[in-house]
Amino acid sequence: MIPSKFNYIKASSVSEAVNLLDEHGFDAKILSGGHSLIPAMKLRLNRPEVVIDIGGIPGLDVITEEGDAVVIGANCTHQQILNSQVIYKNVNILKQTAATIGDVQVRNKGTIGGSLAHADPSADYPATVLACDATIIVAGKNGSRNIAATDFFQGIFTTALEDDEIITAVRFPKIAHGNYHKFYQSASRFAVVGVAVVFDGSGVKVGITGVADTPYRATKVEEAYNGDSSAAEHAVDGVEVMSDHFADVEYRSHLAKVFVKKGLEA
Amino acid sequence: MKITVKVNGVAYTHEVEPRISLTHYLREILDLTGTHIGCDTSGCGACTVTMDGKAVKSCTILAVQADGSDITTIEGMANGNEMHPIQAAFKEHHGLQCGFCTPGMVMTAADILKNNPNPTEEEVRHGLEGNFCRCTGYHNIVKSIRHAAEQINS
Ligand SMILES: Cc1cc2nc3c(=O)[nH]c(=O)nc-3n(C[C@H](O)[C@H](O)[C@H](O)COP(=O)(O)OP(=O)(O)OC[C@H]3O[C@@H](n4cnc5c(N)ncnc54)[C@H](O)[C@@H]3O)c2cc1C
Ligand code: FES
Ligand code: FES
Repeated sequence: MIPSKFNYIKASSVSEAVNLLDEHGFDAKILSGGHSLIPAMKLRLNRPEVVIDIGGIPGLDVITEEGDAVVIGANCTHQQILNSQVIYKNVNILKQTAATIGDVQVRNKGTIGGSLAHADPSADYPATVLACDATIIVAGKNGSRNIAATDFFQGIFTTALEDDEIITAVRFPKIAHGNYHKFYQSASRFAVVGVAVVFDGSGVKVGITGVADTPYRATKVEEAYNGDSSAAEHAVDGVEVMSDHFADVEYRSHLAKVFVKKGLEA
Repeated sequence: MKITVKVNGVAYTHEVEPRISLTHYLREILDLTGTHIGCDTSGCGACTVTMDGKAVKSCTILAVQADGSDITTIEGMANGNEMHPIQAAFKEHHGLQCGFCTPGMVMTAADILKNNPNPTEEEVRHGLEGNFCRCTGYHNIVKSIRHAAEQINS
């Protein structure tokens, strides 16, 4: 399988990538790890005329500790996140999340920026960035801005990114207690249901992916939480639950409650 | 676009179309047909090679993305006529039947053992999540990789 013809440009800086994106608009696609984009191009679900490779931009693949936060460059691979001592010590829940993604080959190429921008409703990171209250840092032709995770995901494969914007980094506050659990799609390892739980003082923050067409904060669980796992009953309150060949509405709703319970008890 | 890629220790420079995959480049242009194509869309692992020391699915990498990198394919594993310990272990422990998945299995095994020289059975199975075999039932593949680890460590 071979994608339709395109023009390949390797960007050497964020500003070059942004300018190219601005210039070519809808005909252009950013390429990072390529592990969502290339299969889609081969299947011709996606036929960009211009592919802007941001893979080699210096500085986008570093993980740094900044005071009470950890900043992760958009091009950091899942494997890099899994192996990072800084993440292990300060945002362990993200390490746990990365460990569940795909397989070693996918983790060696796929990136956090690519995963968030792609916004697959079954991707893992969205649950965790929501529960952690992470911030997505983006650059566009008018400079850079920060987007709260809770404002970032807007629908199936849809985010708050403007046409000329790319993700440059993700900022996570340090998280002492949190966990990620998922029910795997048996072949691809994507999440049928993925639940991130962050314990915050006497409260809890819960992010859920795979259940609705947009990942969400389970606010009804958070409100009902009083120290035990009974609040898990509210995992899908007010949510339009997806149905597909992996799980119908009833089964998926059940899984969501089971995995929230697991997270609250962990 | 012109790319320069090191494959099994030899540097090659070619003019390639941006839309061809690294698998396609290896097989059709360099004639290294040991790297197999199964699904061609990142599911099966048959096309696994190492890129700068890490196992990757070459069907899901554009040849132009490999510009400047160091690739090892199954053809680069043996030392002359002497099989790599992972290859020798697959032979000795019946880690293959039809052999279609084997190049990918061996290259993934190289990544597993590089990061974890003495993996448990569970760790090997976990490491092989991205590689499908339709023949062996995986049992002897796992056995082969664990024996290869012993050989390499001894
Ligand atoms: C076999 C397989 C199994 C997988 N299993 C899982 C799984 O279990 N869980 C999971 O979450 N994911 C899974 N994935 C998806 C994987 O994590 C992808 O790597 C990820 O979704 C996309 O990252 P990428 O760097 O490869 O992005 P690319 O494919 O390069 O890009 C994806 C999209 O994002 C855009 N983009 C990329 N980077 C940026 C940026 N910095 N700014 C703006 N836009 C950008 C691109 O234009 C494109 O539209 C799997 C993929 C495969 C092939
Ligand atoms: S051929 Fe590349 S993963 Fe199947
Ligand atoms: S030996 Fe036949 S597919 Fe693995």
